[in-house]
Amino acid sequence: MIRVGVPSKGRLMQDCFDWFGSRGVVMRRAGSDREYSGVIEGVAGAVPVLLSAGEIPRELAAGRIHLGVTGSDLVREQLGEDEVAEVARLGFGQADLVIAVPNVWIDVETVDDLDAAAAAFRKAHGHRLRIATKYHRLVRDFLQAQGVADYQLVDSQGATEGTVLNGTAEAIADITSSGETLRANHLRILSDGLIHQSEAVLWASRVAEWSAEDRLVYAGLAAKLGVAGAPF
Amino acid sequence: MTPKAAIRAEGERLMAGFVAAGAVPVEADILQPAGTLLDLYGEDIRARAYVTDDPVRGEMMLRPDFTVPVVQAHMAHGAEPARYAYLGEVFRKQARGSGRASEYLQVGYEVFDRTSPEAADAEVFALFRDLLSGLDLRPVTGDIGILMAAVRGLETTERRKAALLRHVWRPVRFKALLDRFAGRAPVPAGRLALLERLKAGSPAQLIEEAGSFVGLRGPEEIAARAEALVADAGTPPIKATEAALLYDLLSLEAPAAHALSHLRGIAPMLPAIAPAVDRFAARLEALAAKGVDVSTLAFEASHGRTALEYYDGFVFSFLKDGMPPVASGGRYDALTAVLGAGAFIPAVGGVIRPGLVARLKGAVA
Repeated sequence: MIRVGVPSKGRLMQDCFDWFGSRGVVMRRAGSDREYSGVIEGVAGAVPVLLSAGEIPRELAAGRIHLGVTGSDLVREQLGEDEVAEVARLGFGQADLVIAVPNVWIDVETVDDLDAAAAAFRKAHGHRLRIATKYHRLVRDFLQAQGVADYQLVDSQGATEGTVLNGTAEAIADITSSGETLRANHLRILSDGLIHQSEAVLWASRVAEWSAEDRLVYAGLAAKLGVAGAPF
Repeated sequence: MTPKAAIRAEGERLMAGFVAAGAVPVEADILQPAGTLLDLYGEDIRARAYVTDDPVRGEMMLRPDFTVPVVQAHMAHGAEPARYAYLGEVFRKQARGSGRASEYLQVGYEVFDRTSPEAADAEVFALFRDLLSGLDLRPVTGDIGILMAAVRGLETTERRKAALLRHVWRPVRFKALLDRFAGRAPVPAGRLALLERLKAGSPAQLIEEAGSFVGLRGPEEIAARAEALVADAGTPPIKATEAALLYDLLSLEAPAAHALSHLRGIAPMLPAIAPAVDRFAARLEALAAKGVDVSTLAFEASHGRTALEYYDGFVFSFLKDGMPPVASGGRYDALTAVLGAGAFIPAVGGVIRPGLVARLKGAVA
């Protein structure tokens, strides 16, 4: 039995159901809409598993689900290429992971400026310039590749845009789609501060056990969805 | 013997070699306060070291190297001159699929001695060579001090020199800055737009217009950098001849004796490197006195620049294809000043990985 992890609520769940549905794979929640179980019509041998989108990467890595739909930001942050394969980009849930600084930093427009500002900041304040984020790996890899120094990442699991106003960070790296929350918090995106363009992706676990029967089910499902063959 | 026991036995043999050379054995805690290491190495170390939380002591790291605790201990209560040796596990996160060990023994030797830095450099190198003899390793040396002296000697603003010096250990950013300061790379589009805006008014006025002030970075800091940017835009590029010498230096790879004559050749055009070149010459003499053939010893001016950021003089590695460096080390005078709270002592040292030595000897698979 193939277990397909899908987001359990909200816009992401609806978009996900629509994407599968428009390809003849009808997913829906079983029973009341408070019950976290679902059914897939038209594909024998596959069952949806309703999960928080944030938990889907972990479940893929543990092999407890065979397929899963979640944002590429979360997967790239948490998993390696040997754990999951990208099956299809779904064209929704788009958002950018960006670096933003206070709009009043009239001297900072690029990552290069941020690096120079960080050097001066550390001298003046005695600690590194703090960047609040929950995407530690993606942000660190991005800044390291560009040779930025004298910064530190501080963890922020929510309301990250408020950290500068609240004095717990000097800059942030967060997901944004329209940029409105950033502007409302007096922040501005660096012109070359795009770290990752995220969207909803259907992933296949390389860790899950794929029996001969599962592979057959996958082949049928992939044909219906019009996506690539065996990613395992 | 199990592999672990064989590796430890190799480590103890090397340790005995260091002790025989006059080192005092020292220990260091496995749990190190993360703050000091983060302060020194920056976020990069967080990607490489295991960070954990202690309810009382705060953020701690599993010892990623011995240098920092050994230097701290020496600066706190060491007598001079001093030679230390240590043997123990270090912990480094490795990239997925790299197959590299994340926990391994390191055996090291550190010399704190003011009398003759070049002799100390040669002492460490020759000791490592002796202890690793018969393993058919390829020694490579370098000297970050020459590069730093060349940057300090550039005919340009102090601000530009400081920017280059700060990134000596990040070759990508260093090259991007040098290209821009030398006029070889165009000013990025974002920077041009920024300069246009900055010319439109005083920094104070522009900050005012930018809306609500948020964050710890104050208006005077922002204004200072804005003014510096405008001033820098009016700074002429580093002279082409001078820049060419620096590019040449960055890529200099030659047998040490040949590298020395090459450096002697360019020193008249880059007089600031003369003292560093003299030190290089003195080191080669000291190495030759220890029986090192400097006419074949590999020298690479950029060697050690991608190591963790603290070497600022002589650097060396003993390499074998298909393996991480079997041994590496160098001079880290500036680190002792940073950790010594005002005090300073020239220091040089290095580490060997007994696990790799045991593998080369066929003692472990």
